[in-house]
Amino acid sequence: MIKAILIFNNHGKPRLSKFYEHYNEDTEQQIIRETFHLVSKRDENVCNFLEGGMLIGGSDYKLIYRHYATLYFVFCVDSSESELGILDLIQVFVETLDKCFENVCELDLIFHVDKVHHILAEMVMGGMVLETNMNEIITQVDTQNKMEKSEAGIAGAPARAVSAVKNMNLPEMPRNINIGDISIKVPNLPSFK
Amino acid sequence: MSDVMEKTLTALPSLLSLDSQPGSAKLSANSKLGNLIRGITELTSKHEEEKLIQRELSSIKEQVSSPNTTMRQMKELMVRTIYCEMLGYEASFSYIHAIKLAQQGNVLEKRVGYLAVSLFLNESHELLLLLVNTVLKDLQSTNLIEVCMALTVVSQMFPKDMIPAILPLVEEKLSHSKEIIRRKAVLALYKFYLIAPNQVQHIHNKFRKALCDKDPGVMSASLHIYLQLIQENPEGYKDLTMSFVTILKQVVMGKLPMDFNYHCVPAPWLQIHLLRILSLLGKNDQSMSEIMYEILDESLQRAEMNHNITYAILYECVKCIYTIHPKPDLLEKAAKCIGSFVLSPRINLKYLGLKALTYVVQQDPKLVLQHQMTIIECLDHPDLIIKRETLELLFRITNAQNVTVIVEKMLDFLQVSEDNHTTIDLVGKVAELAEKYAPDNEWFIETMNTVFSVGGDVMQPDIPNSFLKLLLEGFDSVEEDKKLRLFAVNSYVSLLQGEPSRLPQRFLQVICWVLGEYAHLNEDVEPDAVLRLLAKLLDMKSSTSETKSWVLIAMTKLCSGGAAFSVAHEVSETYGSSMDTMLRQRAQELQHLSQDSALQSRVFPRSGSQEPVEVDSSLSFLDGFVSEALAAGAAPYKPPHQRQEEMSRSKVLSLEPYGLSLPISMSSCSVTDRQSPTLLSMSSSLSGDSAELSHKASSTTLKLDGVTRVWGREGYLVQREPVQEAAQVEAPSPLRSPRQQGDEDSPHSQTPTPTPTPESEQEKQQLASSLFVGLASPSSVSLMGKSEQTSQRFRRKARIQDKPPTSGEQINNLPPGGAADLLLDSNVSSELVSSLEQTHRNSLDLTANGACDAELPDGDVKEIKTPLSTDDSVLAAGLSPHEGPDRPKDLCLTSYLPAELSGLSHSEITLLCTNQSLDLSACHVQKEDCVELVVFIKNSSDSAAHQLQMQISCEEIEVSCVCDSPVEELKSHSVTVCQYFLTVKRPSVCFDLVGMVYYQLAAGSLQTAQFLYKLPLTSFIRPLAVSTEEYGTMWLAFSHDTKQNLPLMKDEREPLTATLNLLKTKLQLHVVEIIGEEGIVACCLRPDQQCLLHCRMHAGMLAAWLRSPVPDLPDSLLYHCQRALQER
Repeated sequence: MIKAILIFNNHGKPRLSKFYEHYNEDTEQQIIRETFHLVSKRDENVCNFLEGGMLIGGSDYKLIYRHYATLYFVFCVDSSESELGILDLIQVFVETLDKCFENVCELDLIFHVDKVHHILAEMVMGGMVLETNMNEIITQVDTQNKMEKSEAGIAGAPARAVSAVKNMNLPEMPRNINIGDISIKVPNLPSFK
Repeated sequence: MSDVMEKTLTALPSLLSLDSQPGSAKLSANSKLGNLIRGITELTSKHEEEKLIQRELSSIKEQVSSPNTTMRQMKELMVRTIYCEMLGYEASFSYIHAIKLAQQGNVLEKRVGYLAVSLFLNESHELLLLLVNTVLKDLQSTNLIEVCMALTVVSQMFPKDMIPAILPLVEEKLSHSKEIIRRKAVLALYKFYLIAPNQVQHIHNKFRKALCDKDPGVMSASLHIYLQLIQENPEGYKDLTMSFVTILKQVVMGKLPMDFNYHCVPAPWLQIHLLRILSLLGKNDQSMSEIMYEILDESLQRAEMNHNITYAILYECVKCIYTIHPKPDLLEKAAKCIGSFVLSPRINLKYLGLKALTYVVQQDPKLVLQHQMTIIECLDHPDLIIKRETLELLFRITNAQNVTVIVEKMLDFLQVSEDNHTTIDLVGKVAELAEKYAPDNEWFIETMNTVFSVGGDVMQPDIPNSFLKLLLEGFDSVEEDKKLRLFAVNSYVSLLQGEPSRLPQRFLQVICWVLGEYAHLNEDVEPDAVLRLLAKLLDMKSSTSETKSWVLIAMTKLCSGGAAFSVAHEVSETYGSSMDTMLRQRAQELQHLSQDSALQSRVFPRSGSQEPVEVDSSLSFLDGFVSEALAAGAAPYKPPHQRQEEMSRSKVLSLEPYGLSLPISMSSCSVTDRQSPTLLSMSSSLSGDSAELSHKASSTTLKLDGVTRVWGREGYLVQREPVQEAAQVEAPSPLRSPRQQGDEDSPHSQTPTPTPTPESEQEKQQLASSLFVGLASPSSVSLMGKSEQTSQRFRRKARIQDKPPTSGEQINNLPPGGAADLLLDSNVSSELVSSLEQTHRNSLDLTANGACDAELPDGDVKEIKTPLSTDDSVLAAGLSPHEGPDRPKDLCLTSYLPAELSGLSHSEITLLCTNQSLDLSACHVQKEDCVELVVFIKNSSDSAAHQLQMQISCEEIEVSCVCDSPVEELKSHSVTVCQYFLTVKRPSVCFDLVGMVYYQLAAGSLQTAQFLYKLPLTSFIRPLAVSTEEYGTMWLAFSHDTKQNLPLMKDEREPLTATLNLLKTKLQLHVVEIIGEEGIVACCLRPDQQCLLHCRMHAGMLAAWLRSPVPDLPDSLLYHCQRALQER
């Protein structure tokens, strides 16, 4: 499980914070501060893993982070996640941001906090990795953005807009899977004694 | 007039900005957010930022509450609020508006509304109830984006009690035509499973469908669920192993569309998931492991080292190979892999390499020896994390020979580490090692001194406690004890003579205690000199009042001599009038006892400190005082719950909701209209906390400790070897604890020292040899050729050391038969057969039940089938070949049942464990007042076993032995019986009894056998006969409760009566009364552990409400009720 995803800049200013477990407001701020404190004092040529600080939950937890230019991306995860896997997930996240914002920079994250959250929601849902495929994430986000544009255009005709929205469906991703190959048979359970 | 004009004019811009055209609204709001951010960045102090944001928030507040604000503007306002909240400023006024936005906005506004809700609220927030309806509506929407949003918010947070309301809708989505919806639904259901496992029990077979989904995305989402389920119960999903292997095979072979590739690696995250699942399934299971070998080999080969993500897969592969039943050539490859990790210049890989080494070290210490120089380098690595990981590895390989070097390294690290968390963890480890392997007194005391001064006040409190206990209880030799204590005293006296103000409080308290108890051992130091040193502590500003009372107690113990009197007198004068009552009391004691040396020696006997003090727990010595007080007109004592009850009665305003006052009147309180959300969530969060606590407690145990030894230097050791090979297994090996090694005093021979290295390397070589000494097998020992006797110095007395195993992994070599008992419940074997037949009939009779829930029987079959087919799984687990012949033998064990129990019904006698000499079987007998466990020990070898001693323990159960003396001799092929009374300390759904048998064979070596016995809660449940009135008063007094809807036997003529009667017969509950649609039922575990159940028919379900004075009882009982009703 992913417990929290934090993005802050080199000065510790939070740019995005998403907690998948409940902490109260003060604790959340304290976690952000402590995480920044832990991460920022590490050199560039050390490993990207940190055994969790006190706050986020003891020895089972781990901070996995990457540092891009002015921003730190930190994922706090428990032992059920693969360290290197998460490290690459951060990469996927950043690459996705880069595609969605076209050369993403810190300002994009500041002014479009909501959009970043929406992108993140397509990747991680309730602390579980939902999608790791960048194209798929972008398609989902694009659909929603398209809806935004078309809606701005049809705002004058609410009735039409509603019907348009209703009829708009998510695109079916062409995922041609050879079903024959992946056919996992539900084991035929013997009827109960 | 002009005034009015002016006002209108100034108001215009703001009006415009509030209600301008849609296109520009976005811009203006954006610039508003921009303005805010720009404003913040321009500020220099935190204080200014606070002021600015407060101003911003109050303007937002004004706008959101204005009725003219459109949803579109609301959306922009929410984004701004999200920003402020992220910076840590609370905007609770906006929460309700976020919910409103999610409710009323169009799709885009709704999206922001949901986002704000998921960022602002948590699952126990009361406002969340307002969202339930919105979620319900959106789940039914035809717009897929709305459905997606609803599923997302549901998996982020949803009130536990409201899950039943939306569960059917989410379930429905599992068969939706769009894969993204199915995927999100699977994850949402997983989330439900995590927070309320009971409620999704019935959809387990739908999870299977998700696993077989034609879309790989949905399938990979379902792996989340399976990973969790298999972790909890690996036995139940062995049948899926083949499916997982097939999936992995297809992924590895690249059968998935290119879409799923990441850096040319096919679906790496999916592979990682599958490998984790496989390692869980293959653990201790040869037949399952064999299915996996081929694909593991394939994965190892396919994963070319070219990208980070392939290393991630490799790492999982290696872990899997070392977890499952071993195969030599795979191990070799895995070892090579670990090598390349450790030697890699990339630090991340080095870190994982060290982790992998730590994981495998107990199975394969040779591998560590191979990489010893790299490990030494890692010890000096600039990255503290790498250093720490290395220490963790060293901790695992510590033995009596290398303990001094390793502890020294750890203490060095502690000096530089600033992280509290690391300090606590490491200090605990040092203390543990010091206690286990200390080579001599001086070293032990000095190490502990460092531990106390570094660990200071953050360390776990049990470290000083166990240190003091160790000093107090001593070891086997009186002379040694005295030396150790004397050394401690000397060391502490010199510490106090130095600068005691620098020492942490906890350390000072330890010093005080030791000086108080043992200062007399050192005849060179005058008691009044010690007293003066202690008095100095009292004057220190930094001393807390807790430390001061420790000082005063120590002084009280020491003050017998005449010269000491003046110091004692002075101190007691000062503190006799302290504001702190504790200090004042201690000072008074000091004053009195220092004047009366006869009394002092009675209160603090010097020599008799080891005799147990008898405690009169009934406080009978107070009887006289009580009766006097009563005669003088004092009110009689009432226990707290009685007081509370009376108070609530006498109060003018009843603070309890009416629905709670009497169970009879509860009809007014249906499940849907609950009293108050906060109250409910409180109880749920309470139970959640306790689960978390127990989880934490269990996770603190070392995961690798006591892993069964399946490894030898030659590879896998067959678990149960024929007797003639036993000697070979007994041969000393590096894996055994040094204590055992010491027992045998194994001969150490030399290995050729490695090829000479340059001077600079010399030092490292030396370090290596001192670190890894004792790791190699005795026949090919250490590089330095140092062969030291390895007896454990601080050998605690038997009762402390012979602790039964607590970690789950220690018992995993047990036959899975234990699992069967889970379902055997209280039934005798004959009953079992009949119930099996009954269930069978049920599952055939699908159409009859189909009306209420067609899925139910199916799900049942799947669940129950596995544990009951023990015979299969026993064979599958590849246990000993003489398992088969043993089975019939079990039956004749019945004749060994003690006479007084033979009349009572007993559970089936199950074979728990066999080794070359003993067969252990057990059953349990349900008596009127308790459960009795009967363990049959059969000596199957040809020689007699001696000094048989059995220990059984369980965290939740109190185990008391009928007769505690060890069996002196058990002749070959004879049987002895041990009986234990079991009473529940803490209720749980199922109890694991862990047992350990110690015995000696003719050879004289101490042997052990472990076993695990599972007992369900139902064995302990007894009917509780109470009247309705008694039930009423009890109901009020009990504080722990839980509620849930249970299935009702709708097809019966009187559903409620039929259902309750079923519960009565299955779980032995007592039905107190049934009035109309309500019924009350009572049961107990012990007379003081009651549990009351109130049932009401509601909307075709049985709304059950359980209450008990015991914390976990309602939840556990509810589980069994649910089970019983589903199994019928």
